[in-house]
Amino acid sequence: MSTAQLDTTTPTTPPGTGSSPTRGLGERSGGRAAKDLLAKVVMWLAFAIAVVPLVWILGSTLVKGGHMLLEAQWWTNSQAGITSRREGGGAVHAIQGTLIQAVVTAVMSVPVGVLTAVYLVEYGRGRLARVVSFMVDILTGIPSIVAALFVYALWVTTFGFQRVAFAVTLALTLLMIPTVVRSTEEMLKLVPNELREASYALGVPKWKTIMKVVVPTAFSGIVTGILLGLARVMGETAPLIILGPYTKVIATDLFGGLMATLPTMINQDRTEALQPALDRVWGASLTLILLVFLLNLLGRFVGRFSKVKS
Amino acid sequence: MAKRIDVKDLDIYYGDFKAVEGVTMTVEPRSVTAFIGPSGCGKSTVLRTLNRMHEVIPGGRVDGSVMLDDQDLYASSMDPVAVRRTVGMVFQRPNPFPTMSIRDNVAAGLKLNGLKNKKKLDEVVETSLKGANLWNEVKDRLDKPGAGLSGGQQQRLCIARAIAVNPQVLLMDEPCSALDPISTLAIEDLINELKSDYTIVIVTHNMQQAARVSDQTAFFNLKATGEPGRLVEVGDTQRIFSNPTEKATEDYISGRFG
Ligand SMILES: Nc1ncnc2c1ncn2[C@@H]1O[C@H](COP(=O)(O)OP(=O)(O)OP(=O)(O)O)[C@@H](O)[C@H]1O
Ligand SMILES: [Mg+2]
Repeated sequence: MSTAQLDTTTPTTPPGTGSSPTRGLGERSGGRAAKDLLAKVVMWLAFAIAVVPLVWILGSTLVKGGHMLLEAQWWTNSQAGITSRREGGGAVHAIQGTLIQAVVTAVMSVPVGVLTAVYLVEYGRGRLARVVSFMVDILTGIPSIVAALFVYALWVTTFGFQRVAFAVTLALTLLMIPTVVRSTEEMLKLVPNELREASYALGVPKWKTIMKVVVPTAFSGIVTGILLGLARVMGETAPLIILGPYTKVIATDLFGGLMATLPTMINQDRTEALQPALDRVWGASLTLILLVFLLNLLGRFVGRFSKVKS
Repeated sequence: MAKRIDVKDLDIYYGDFKAVEGVTMTVEPRSVTAFIGPSGCGKSTVLRTLNRMHEVIPGGRVDGSVMLDDQDLYASSMDPVAVRRTVGMVFQRPNPFPTMSIRDNVAAGLKLNGLKNKKKLDEVVETSLKGANLWNEVKDRLDKPGAGLSGGQQQRLCIARAIAVNPQVLLMDEPCSALDPISTLAIEDLINELKSDYTIVIVTHNMQQAARVSDQTAFFNLKATGEPGRLVEVGDTQRIFSNPTEKATEDYISGRFG
């Protein structure tokens, strides 16, 4: 290939002087410079290819949905009493629903996920730990629609309950736990063993060492991981379509009635050809992107305010 | 206060691997004992059995007995956590807690074990830092992070942290190996001062250091690679350095191997 050619076209030293000091330290090898350039070009190209779709999506969402977010009613009103063909109304019911479900999901999955990670890193030895770790791997690979159907089979078919927001959060929890476990595990593994030993050597019991030394040292990383996992889960749509149908009104009851969310709001008007409906689709999309972006930002921000000082 | 350590027929294992075999020795209270020997002969391993830190490593276990005065450290009724409060340890690399201030680092042992009295804590912080010869350098920035100190200061901080829980014995695993000569001297002076209150065991690769700070020296060696390490000779530092009984000790000290 081209790299082989580059090698032959640029003799660096006369034969025989191989590695003698006369070769000079400061001289640049032309072949190496060319390879360097090639690698740079390839890298930038790959980067550009990766970024184009991102910018494209952001750009078109902004252009098509941006004006919706500038209207005050978007942030104050629901879609109650507004048909697809009519303009007006807001997204507050969906924003609220998405946030409520995110919080409930976090409340359920964070303790389970973090404690599982603590078990795996600090206590896990032998068979049980390997089994748990394997289970987490499997859970990571479960498609969201499968998680949703599982909860549906349990909640609706087996128990005979209604489809409610809480069922949605159960499915989301199932999806979020493995990401919390994995990210927390990574962060705990980063805590140097020397700190644990230093604490043991002071006569501090293991559980206290974990709570007061290990977890605080990894704290900001753990929080960042949780927030990023939450941002990911907030956009999941399959569980919502299966377990949490759309409604146009504000609803906050987790256990009764329907609760709107941004993904279902997008899905609702998606098939309409009318401009007011399309505007709402793009507006809701942009709002969702914005929410996820804010969570990401918060994650980075917490990372900055790490408790680890130096 | 300081206590005598009696080690008898100690075998130390990492899983199935026998790392050290048949160590028998006595460490007198208020004295400094130096462990010397080539890399991998088991100095750190032996040291870590003296405060039951060895068993923190998965698969780590021991045979034999370690007595602290008349208490058997490895008796089944003995709580390893309590042992570690009595026998403190300073590690090779300074390891202050990165989330804590200088003050909290020193107070960590007491605070994490439930002492809340602020006045008492402040008192202990001050005496410990003074004891570790660090007080003058840090007294104006006790609330700054401990990780912001220089390597030598961090090591003295770790010594302060270890003596803050008021142990009877202090174990040090190559405490100066990451330090410059001046910090090393500071720590050696400190060891000389601490000697009057504590029983000290120190691992070192530096012969001059062993000769300077210790009253008693123990030479460890491997018979052959793959064999467990063993205690070749232990005795008065002066005698070990001037007139060792074993040929291996003489060779090692005079730099002929290791
Ligand atoms: N965590 C461990 N797991 C298994 N074997 C270990 C472990 N730590 C040490 N060993 C083995 O035990 C033996 C003694 O090691 P040790 O660290 O005590 O040597 P040392 O004398 O302190 O060496 P150095 O002077 O290099 O610190 C070595 O053969 C080493 O490979
Ligand atoms: Mg060692």
